[in-house]
Amino acid sequence: MLKHLFKEITRRPMGVACLAILAFLYLGTIFSQFLAPYLPTDQDLANAYHPPTRIVLEDWRPHVQVYEQVDPAAARYEPVEGETAPVNFFTAGEQYRFWGLVPAEMRLFQVEEPHRIYLLGSDGTGRDVFSRLLYGAQVSLSIGFIGICITMTLGFLVGGVAGYFGGKTDFLAMRLVEFIIAVPSLYLLIALRGALAEHFEPEQMYLVIVIILSLIGWAGAARIIRGMALSLRQRPFVLAAEVMGQSSLRILFRHFLPNLASYLLVAATLSIPAYILAEAALSFLGLGIQEPGTSWGLMLQQAQELKVFTLNMWWLLTPGAAIFITVITFNMLGDVLRDIVDPRQQIVKR
Amino acid sequence: MLSFIARRFLTMIPLLLGISVLVFILMAIAPGDFLDVARTQEDIPAEYIERMEEEFALGEPWHTRYFIWLGNVVQGNLGESWIYRVPVTELLWQRIPATLVLSALSIMFALCVAIPMGVLAAIYKDSIFDRVSSMFAYAALSIPEFFLALLAVMFAAQTGWFPTGGLSSVEHEFMSFWGRMADYAHHLVLPTIVLGMGSVASYMRIMRANFLDYIRSDFVTTARAKGVAEGRVMFVHVLRNAINPLVSASGFILATLLSGSILVENVMNYPGLGQLIFEALMRQDEFVVVAAVMMGCVMLMLGNLIADLLLAWSDPRIRLEKN
Repeated sequence: MLKHLFKEITRRPMGVACLAILAFLYLGTIFSQFLAPYLPTDQDLANAYHPPTRIVLEDWRPHVQVYEQVDPAAARYEPVEGETAPVNFFTAGEQYRFWGLVPAEMRLFQVEEPHRIYLLGSDGTGRDVFSRLLYGAQVSLSIGFIGICITMTLGFLVGGVAGYFGGKTDFLAMRLVEFIIAVPSLYLLIALRGALAEHFEPEQMYLVIVIILSLIGWAGAARIIRGMALSLRQRPFVLAAEVMGQSSLRILFRHFLPNLASYLLVAATLSIPAYILAEAALSFLGLGIQEPGTSWGLMLQQAQELKVFTLNMWWLLTPGAAIFITVITFNMLGDVLRDIVDPRQQIVKR
Repeated sequence: MLSFIARRFLTMIPLLLGISVLVFILMAIAPGDFLDVARTQEDIPAEYIERMEEEFALGEPWHTRYFIWLGNVVQGNLGESWIYRVPVTELLWQRIPATLVLSALSIMFALCVAIPMGVLAAIYKDSIFDRVSSMFAYAALSIPEFFLALLAVMFAAQTGWFPTGGLSSVEHEFMSFWGRMADYAHHLVLPTIVLGMGSVASYMRIMRANFLDYIRSDFVTTARAKGVAEGRVMFVHVLRNAINPLVSASGFILATLLSGSILVENVMNYPGLGQLIFEALMRQDEFVVVAAVMMGCVMLMLGNLIADLLLAWSDPRIRLEKN
C-alpha cells in the first residue's frame, strides 16, 4: 500500500513539491550539527543583534564582509569597506557528537576567528540564529512524529475498542472524549504542563511536552475511529471472523486496522502540524523547551522584545517562517494524501 | 425550544464539575503554592505566612479544599484572588467582556471576509481568483497565531499606524465617550485581524465546498429551468442553503479562538481572559485559575448553544426537540 501511495504522490506536482520540501527540511535537521557553523549555545556578547552578514565573491571564493559596531545601544553595525574574511569549507571546529554517538568535528563551512559568519544574524547574546534554527529543528520537527505515533495508537485502541464492544465501554470512552474536547486545548495544555513539569528535570521537558500533547491529542482521532469501527462491526467479514471464533484482539488488529489504515495515515499527516504548533506555542509561552536547549518557539519568545520590533530585526523572526513553511507543507501533503486515499471526498469537495 | 435549552444547561453542570475537579487535581499535583515567592523573602515574617497558610487552608488535601470551594460557589462566591486580594468575580468581570468583544469581532471579521471570498471562489471555480484564495487559505491556516501576532506588533512598531498592545491608551480617561470608543476600536483592529485570520480560512473553505455542492443540486437546476435570474438563483437559492454549515462550524471555531486568544492576548498585551488564565496559572492563584478556566468553557458551551439555536432558526428542516 505504501508503495502505491508513494507512486500516486509522485504523480502529482503538488505532492512532489511537498515531499521535496520535507526531505530538504528533514535532511537539514539530521545533519544539523554538520551544517551549523556554531554550537547553539555559542555566545559572543560583542556581536549581539548582529545583522545577517553579506557574502561577497573574491577570487572565485565566497568571503564574509567584516562589520564594525558603531552604536552598541542601538545595535548598529556598519560594513568595513574592503575588509573580508574567507569562508572555509569542510574544516574542523569544536567537537560534537554526531547523533549523540559518533565524535566528529567536521563542519560544512566556517570563518576564521575572530570574524564570524551570521547567515541569519545573531540574537541578544550573539548566538548564531542560523545554527540555532538548525538545532531547534531537531525538537520542532521530531515532536510531531513522536506525538502522532502515540496518539494514533491510543486513538485507534480507544476508538476501536469503544466502537467494537459498544455498551458501557463505549459510553465511558465517549464521555471522556467529549470532556477533553469541551475544554479549549491550550487551557488544558498549560494546566497539564504546570502539574507535570516540576516532577521532571528541565532537560526532560521534551518528554513532558510529548506526554501532555499525547494525553490531549488522542480524543479527536478516537471519536472518528469509533464511528468507523461502528460501521465495520456490521460488515460480513467481521461477522464471519466472529463466527469463526477469532479473539477480539485479533479482529481489532487483523480486520479493523487494515481497513482504518488509510484514514489513520491521512489523519496523522494532517495532525502533525497541530503538534508542531502546540510545541511552538508552549515554548513560546516559556513553558516548553528550556535553555540551554532550543526550539523554534523558544527562539520566537526570545525575539519578543521591543528593541527587535522598533529596530526591525527581522532575522530574529525567521523561526516563525520556518514553522510556517513546515506546517503549510504538511497541510498540503495531507490534502494530497486525502485525495488519493479517498477520491470520493474529492468529488464532493471539487 | 425551551426544554431543549434547559436540557443543554443541565448537561453543562456535570461537565463544569468535572473541569473544576480536574483543575484542582492538577493544581495540587504541581508542587509549591502562591506563597513560594513570599517564603524566599526574608523581610516577610513567618507568622504572616503561617496566617496566610491557615486562611487559605493550604495544608489541607485538595479534596477538602475542593468541597469548601464548591460550597462557596453554590452560594455564589467564587473565592478571592490570592495575589490581588480581590474577589475573583471582580477580576472576571473586568476580563470577560474584553475577550468576548475580541472573539465576537474576530468571528464577524472572519464571516465578512470569508463569505464573499468563498462565494466568489465557488462561482468562478478554477479561475485565478479561486487559486489565489485557496493558496491564501492554506497560508492563513498554517501560520501560527503567535507568529502572526509578532508580525502585527512589528508592523505596528514600524509604521506607527496602530498601537503595539493594550486595550486603551494612557489618556483614555480624559476622552469623550466617542473618543473612548474610537480609542478601543483603534486598539482592537490588529488583535481582531490576527485572531480572526485562521477562522477566515476555515469559513472560506467550508463556504466554497458547500456552495459548489448546492450549485449542482436538483433544485438549482429546476430554478434555472424555470427561468429564475442567475443572480437570484445564486444568492437566494444557493447561498441561503450553503450558509447553514458555517453556523454549525462556529462552535468549533470559537474553541480555537479561545485557545488562540491566550497567545494573542499575551503577545499583544491585551487584558482578556486568556492573559488572566496564563498569569494566574504561572503564579498558582488557584481560585482565579479554576474560575477563569470554567468561564472559558462556559463561553464555549454557550457559543455552541447559540450556534445550534441560530442553525435551527436559519434552517427550518432542523427540529431541536427531536434530538
